[in-house]
Amino acid sequence: MADAAAAPMSGAGWRKALLMSPALAWLALLIVLPHAELAVLSFREQAGLRHYVPSLSHYREFFHEPEYWHTFVRTAWMSIVATFATLCLAFPIAWVIAKIARGRAAAWLFLACMIPFWISETVRTLGWMILLRETGVLPAVLVKLGIVAHPVELLYHDTTIMVGLIYNSMLFMIVPLVSSLESLDNALIEAAYDLGANGLTVLRKIVIPHAAPGITAGCIIVFMLTLGDYITPTLLGGKDSGWFTEQIYTEFITRFDWGQGAAFGFLLLVLSTLIVIAGLKLSGQRFGDVMGRT
Amino acid sequence: MNQPDLTAQSVVKRFGDHVAVDSISFEVARGSFFSILGPSGCGKTTLLRMIAGFLEPDGGEIAIGGRTMRGVAPNRRPVNMVFQQLALFPMMSVGENVEFGLARRGVARTERRNKAGAMLERVGLAGAAAKRVDELSGGQRQRVAIARSLVLEPTLLLLDEPLGALDLKLREHMKIELKQLQAEFGTTFVYITHDQSEALVLSDHVGVMNHGRFEQIGTPQDLYYRPRTPFVAGFVGDSNRLTGRATDVAGDRVRVDTGDGWTVEARREGAVADGDAVEVFVRPEAATLSRAGESGSAPHEGTVESLLFDGAKSAVLLRERRSRREVRVALPQTGEFADLRTGEPIAFRFDAARAVCFRVRSDRDG
Repeated sequence: MADAAAAPMSGAGWRKALLMSPALAWLALLIVLPHAELAVLSFREQAGLRHYVPSLSHYREFFHEPEYWHTFVRTAWMSIVATFATLCLAFPIAWVIAKIARGRAAAWLFLACMIPFWISETVRTLGWMILLRETGVLPAVLVKLGIVAHPVELLYHDTTIMVGLIYNSMLFMIVPLVSSLESLDNALIEAAYDLGANGLTVLRKIVIPHAAPGITAGCIIVFMLTLGDYITPTLLGGKDSGWFTEQIYTEFITRFDWGQGAAFGFLLLVLSTLIVIAGLKLSGQRFGDVMGRT
Repeated sequence: MNQPDLTAQSVVKRFGDHVAVDSISFEVARGSFFSILGPSGCGKTTLLRMIAGFLEPDGGEIAIGGRTMRGVAPNRRPVNMVFQQLALFPMMSVGENVEFGLARRGVARTERRNKAGAMLERVGLAGAAAKRVDELSGGQRQRVAIARSLVLEPTLLLLDEPLGALDLKLREHMKIELKQLQAEFGTTFVYITHDQSEALVLSDHVGVMNHGRFEQIGTPQDLYYRPRTPFVAGFVGDSNRLTGRATDVAGDRVRVDTGDGWTVEARREGAVADGDAVEVFVRPEAATLSRAGESGSAPHEGTVESLLFDGAKSAVLLRERRSRREVRVALPQTGEFADLRTGEPIAFRFDAARAVCFRVRSDRDG
C-alpha cells in the first residue's frame, strides 16, 4: 500500500524536477559555478609559479588604493542619482500612458518608449556621440543659434554619462510604473479631491503609496542596470569615465589580474545588494511583494 | 420652505453630439433626501458629477447653499460624495480614512482623532479606527464611506448608487440605515439610483430622469399614484401597459378600445381626445379579482396563466379572454385566492381612477 502510494508521488517529483532542470542548469552553470570560481580567484594570492595561497590581499588592495574605492563610491552615487532622475522623468510619462491616454493612443505611446530598444545599446550610444561630439549636431546648432561662439565638446562629462544612463533606463522604469498606475482606481483620486485634497496631497497620499511596489521594482531594476553598465559610461564618459565596471574590465583584460578583477566583481555585488536592501528598508517594501506584484 | 441647499438652473452638459443633461432645473430643500431615479445612461451620473465639481456644465448654473459653483474646484465645494464602489483608501486605516478630509483642512491631530472617533461611534463602528479597510464587511465599509464624508459636515452629501455593490439582504438593511442616518444628521442628501424601490423608500422627493431630462419631480407617493408621463408610470413600480385608442372622453374618464376586442376605462392624464392613440398603465394592485360566474359585476374575464407567489407581493398572471393580452393582478393579502389553479377562469375589474391613460406622442417613444 505504502509503495503504491509512494510510486506516483515520486513520479510527480521526477516530472517536477525535469521541468525545473533548465532553470536549475542555468542557475548552476551560469551563476553559481562562475561565481564560485571567481570567489576562489579573489580570495587567493600567487605565492610562486603556479602556487597560490589563501589571502585577502585583493580586498586589502581595494581599500589601500584611493582610486579604487573612489571610483567605487562615485559609481554608486551616480547610479543612485541616475535612478532617481529616471524615476522623476518616467513618472509623468507612465502617468500619461496609464491614466490620460486611452486605447490606441496609450498603445502607441508605449510603443514609442519601446522603439529605441530595437537598436543595440552600443549603436544607440554611438547615436548620442554623433549628436554631442565637438563636430556633432548639437554643438553646431548652438553655434548657429549664437548661444556659443565656437563648438564645444559635449562628450566626456559626468552629465553626458548621466544623460546616457537615464536614456537607457527609461523603459525599465516606465513598464513597472505603468502597470502599477493602471491598477489605481480613478475613484480613489476623485474621492481624495472630493475630501479636499489638492494635487500634491493626492500624489503623496494616494498615488505614491499605491504605486510604491512599482516604483521600488523600477528603481531596483534601473539601479542594477546602471551600476553594472559598461558601454554607456565608457563611450560617453571616455576612457577616464571612472566607472567601476571599467575598472573590473581593466583588471581582467588589460592587467590580466583575474584575482583583483574577481574581488572587484564581488565588491560590486555586495554594494548593489546593500543599496537595494537599504532602499527597500527606506521605502518600507518587501522584495517578494515588489517582484510579485510587477 | 427655507432656502434650498441645492439649486440647478437650466444645466446642460454635452458630450460631442450627445446631450447627456438637457437643460435641467430643480431645487433641493435643506435637510431633505432627494433622489434622482433613472435607467442607466439617462444622465444622472453626469448630473451628480457636475454637482460634485468633476464636470463643468456647458450651460446653466449650479448653486450650493446659495453660492454659485461655477469655476469652483471639487476640493473647494461644500459637497462630499459617497462613491459607487465607495473608494475607501486601501492604503490607510479606517481612522485615517475618516480623518483624511479633516487633515486637509488643517485640523490638529488630536482633534482630528477625536472627531473621527466620535463619527465612527455614531455610525456604529466604535473602536474600528485601527482596522484595515479590507477587514470590514460590506455594510461596515458603507458606513465608513458615509462617516468619511459626514465628518466634514458638508452642506450636501452626494451618493452615487452606494448600495449597488451589496447583496440583496444587506441592501434592504442599509436602505433603512441610510434613511435613519439622514434623519439623525439632518444633512441634505442627493442620492442617485436606478432602483425605484430605493428611491421610493428613502426619499422625500424624487426626480425621475430620462434622456437627460426630468420627467417628473415629486414625492414618492406622487410618482406612484399620479405619474404625469408614460415613462414615470412605466418606470416607477410595476404596471400593466395596454395600448389602444380613446373612444369616449368624458371629463377625466376615458374609454379605451385596445383594438382587439377589449375595452377598459381609465383616468386621463394630460390632453386626450376621441380617436387618439393612447397607452394605459394599471398597477397590479389596482385590479381586483372575483370568481368567474359569481354574482357582482366584474367586467373583464380571463384565465389564470400562472401564479407568482412572492409572499406579500404575490400576483397572478391572467390572459384576458378576448384580446389574449397578459395582465398582472396582485393577490389580496387575505389569502382569499390562494387556491387559484392555472387554467381556471377568473373575472377581474380595474379601478378606473387608478388606471392612467396618456396620449401617445408620435415624436418620441415612451
